[in-house]
Amino acid sequence: MTLRPVLSRAVVGERTWSVLLDLVVFAAVLAGIQGLLVMTRYWFGAMTPAAEISRSPRALPLYAFYSVVRISLAYVLSLLFALVYGYIAAYNKRLEALLVAVLDILQSIPVLSFLPGVMLAMVALFPTRQLGVEFGAILLIFTGQVWNMAFSFYASLKAIPRELREAAQIYGFGKWQRFVELELPYGAIGLVWNSMVSVAGGWFFLMACEMFVLGKRDFRLPGLGSYLQTAAGNGDTAAIFWGLGTMIGVILLIDQIVWRPAIAWSDKFKFEQVESGEQPSSAVLNLLRRSNLLERFRIAVLAPLSERIGLRAARHAEIAETPQPTAHWKMIVGMVAGALLGGAILYSLFEAAMTLKTLTKPELISTLQGAAATWARVIVSLLIAAAWTIPAGVAIGFNPKLARFAQPFAQVAASVPATALFPVLLLALIRMGGGLGVGSILLMLLGTQWYVLFNVIAGAMAIPTDLREVADVFHFGQWARWRTVILPGIFPYLITGMVTASGGAWNASIVAEYFHFKGQTLQTVGLGAQISSATDSGNWDLLLLSTIVMAVLVVGVNRSVWRPLYRLAQTRFKLEG
Amino acid sequence: MHAIIEARKVEKSYGSEGAGMIQVIAPMDLAIYPGEILAVLGPSGSGKSTLLRILTGLARPSGGEVIHHGHEVGGPCENVSIVFQSFALFPWLTVLENVAAPLKARGVPAAERTERSVKILDTVGLDGFENAYPKELSGGMKQRVGFARALVVEPEVLFMDEPFSALDVLTAENLRGELLELWQSHKMPTRAVFVVTHNIEEAVLLADRIIVLGKNPATIRTDFRVALERPRDRKDARFTNLVDYIYRVLTRPDLAALEPVAAIAPRAKPKYQMLPHARRGAIAGLLEMLAGHNGRDDMYRLAAALSFEIDDLLPVVDGAVLLGFAKVEEGDVEITPAGRAFAEADILRRKELFRAAALENIALIGEITRSLEARADHTLPDGVFEDLLDEHFSEEEAKAQLETAIGWGRYAELFDHDNDSRQFFLPEEAPAADQPEAAAH
Repeated sequence: MTLRPVLSRAVVGERTWSVLLDLVVFAAVLAGIQGLLVMTRYWFGAMTPAAEISRSPRALPLYAFYSVVRISLAYVLSLLFALVYGYIAAYNKRLEALLVAVLDILQSIPVLSFLPGVMLAMVALFPTRQLGVEFGAILLIFTGQVWNMAFSFYASLKAIPRELREAAQIYGFGKWQRFVELELPYGAIGLVWNSMVSVAGGWFFLMACEMFVLGKRDFRLPGLGSYLQTAAGNGDTAAIFWGLGTMIGVILLIDQIVWRPAIAWSDKFKFEQVESGEQPSSAVLNLLRRSNLLERFRIAVLAPLSERIGLRAARHAEIAETPQPTAHWKMIVGMVAGALLGGAILYSLFEAAMTLKTLTKPELISTLQGAAATWARVIVSLLIAAAWTIPAGVAIGFNPKLARFAQPFAQVAASVPATALFPVLLLALIRMGGGLGVGSILLMLLGTQWYVLFNVIAGAMAIPTDLREVADVFHFGQWARWRTVILPGIFPYLITGMVTASGGAWNASIVAEYFHFKGQTLQTVGLGAQISSATDSGNWDLLLLSTIVMAVLVVGVNRSVWRPLYRLAQTRFKLEG
Repeated sequence: MHAIIEARKVEKSYGSEGAGMIQVIAPMDLAIYPGEILAVLGPSGSGKSTLLRILTGLARPSGGEVIHHGHEVGGPCENVSIVFQSFALFPWLTVLENVAAPLKARGVPAAERTERSVKILDTVGLDGFENAYPKELSGGMKQRVGFARALVVEPEVLFMDEPFSALDVLTAENLRGELLELWQSHKMPTRAVFVVTHNIEEAVLLADRIIVLGKNPATIRTDFRVALERPRDRKDARFTNLVDYIYRVLTRPDLAALEPVAAIAPRAKPKYQMLPHARRGAIAGLLEMLAGHNGRDDMYRLAAALSFEIDDLLPVVDGAVLLGFAKVEEGDVEITPAGRAFAEADILRRKELFRAAALENIALIGEITRSLEARADHTLPDGVFEDLLDEHFSEEEAKAQLETAIGWGRYAELFDHDNDSRQFFLPEEAPAADQPEAAAH
């Protein structure tokens, strides 16, 4: 009877585990409170916009903490904004087209272009407290994270199957119940994946958001981004590696304790009628589910709370159901608000036009040159990305063994922000004698190739086995196989990846083409460099012009190149049963 | 007896007012009375599901009104339930949570919710599955959850939209039996059942009253009580006679002209016929089969011989009739001389016959061909025709119409269509059929 002792030991193990777990959870709560205190003291302290950034590794834990808090707050803001914006865009028929177009344009505006407006407004709002500067930085990170999440939620809402909607309708779901039991669950998976992409984007632009010069004003917030920038600016290689190591460590940690559990948890929201074979799992999530403390919290606090909210919402919905006279005043208020908004937009357009008139001819010419140069770089980086990711992605997608090994690796590689690697890369590039002109292509590539890779893998996995078997049975040559099965099969996915990568590459140009290094400024001809240097020197007119040019280019390329390709992908290359 | 829900002159149409409007449901009166199971039968695309959605208040009629206990229905009806064809369960909620959701919407406290849900799950034979997720269940069990969710609110009328058509034959039969048992033993707190189906036997098995709809637009072809006692026997002669009668009604669209209901809504003769979405291969197959069966056969038998659902056969027959290859009489299909010539011709000759028939009989195909010939470059964007069709059909239907016309026109080599540039063009003068397909290289 060897079974019994083994079993009882397992029970003992489980018991101790859950006590340990509770201790860990308890400690985490305490740490959270302590963190809140530290943060509050710092925020409500006197304003020090240009903090002295230490290069000692000992400063790193606190810096990392500040950066994580900034990114988390920006993320929470993004999530709330995405839910509200997506909801309004999906349900307000009059505003829908406008809101989607605005999203498209905002998505194409690089983070630095928001910088002057956001920063000056925030500092004006809280002139004496650190809160103003901090909130400005958080809003900047927010502008880099929010748009794709809003778009994802909007798209999910529009895709909810008709009969599910009708079920919610006929069974009298109020708005709250519909949101909690239908809309949010249906959008959850898209939101989780887009959150990961967004937060990775937050890390990518962290250096730009924590330390910058705005005309004559110097802004330096204590954080990982500013640490790395200071280290790079002084050419302190040891500090660069310390900072880099910390950043990668933090990212991996967040991946393990936030994203893995989130993905495993959101799997239950998959809209499928039949259980799929493989399900994502997360050790951390399993542990959390076993924690007594959390379970007790759920039973004693969360469940009754959600019950009360649900009942109140249901009662409220019933009252609201009694027909109300169409509120004329609401329409009038709406019209007035619309007119005011329209007037404000017209006025600012006029102001912008006035501002642009003062630009000099050389500035205009350099903007156009920069646009052409950056465009060329974006194209080259996309081509390089496609050239290696298509064969690699297809190989991984077709080979489950390889996929199991390569996918986690690629995910980690993708979540390490390219900006963190910039200093190292720059050192190497300068030693090899390459300039930033070529180097920036590499930097863009580092930031964007993953979108293509992941999509190609997904596309290759989605090619039905029987199509591949057809190719085997009829002895297709290598070329015929690629032309008739593989390329058409991955086409829709490839396009999705390329669209994202193209937008990302344009945005990345602001950090890739312009860099403070060892006390000097490295830059090359490019639109991104122009935006960065215009921010540095406080040349708002040039910043405005370059931003408009970039937004027009990105949106224009989207409409004229990607959208038709996308449509083609949806009609001709869609794999249907 | 007072009706629970009553539709007065309800109609549904798409498109703008005037000649371009397409009517899916012609003005009709319909009432659901307490104590009956009412089945609505009709070919697919006859607007059965739309009718169900209008009666439940999910969709608004374009004209007329729906009265529920003396009040006009303005939004989703209170106290009715729907069982959906696709089950429409929330995959992220457990069985229990799915069933309890409608109670939650009514503000029922948690304890009572659970108690009532468990009880109703027990009634439909799902005790022990409370904490399972829908994806862990088989199709039949999922629909049981659908029934439980519908019954837990004690609906006055239970609406069912093709409730068994997503299930395999045996499961469907089993569930139907259980539903009848619940109904007859008054175990379900429901005063009337309204079921939409395209399965004739199902309607005859279940219903106290059957309404047969005709299509384009939907009209009530016949409305009668089923006098058979329960349990009903499929092999009973009266049962099979009734099934046969309904088949005849369904397969004789010409009868519609005689119905008084149709007279209420005189329709302007459409410029374009409604093209049935039938592949011309299926039409050829039907004609060959007819030619082999002495040129005439019963539609029911034809469907069986071709192993088609009657629903799938109807558009094929419609297509053959439109082309002048066949005609329909008394539920029988008869081949015409032109049809016989087609059935007996070889491949190339068939193309010629089809071309002539399409040009002569199908307005849309004639129009496209003539317009193309009139153009110097022999090309035209398809948007032109889509706009034309939009005036007569819903947007979706217009696209489908164009697609069918493209399929037929291609086969007849009257014109071709490029999906990328979205243009029609005339095929090359040389007969393209003799050349092997380019893809074969």
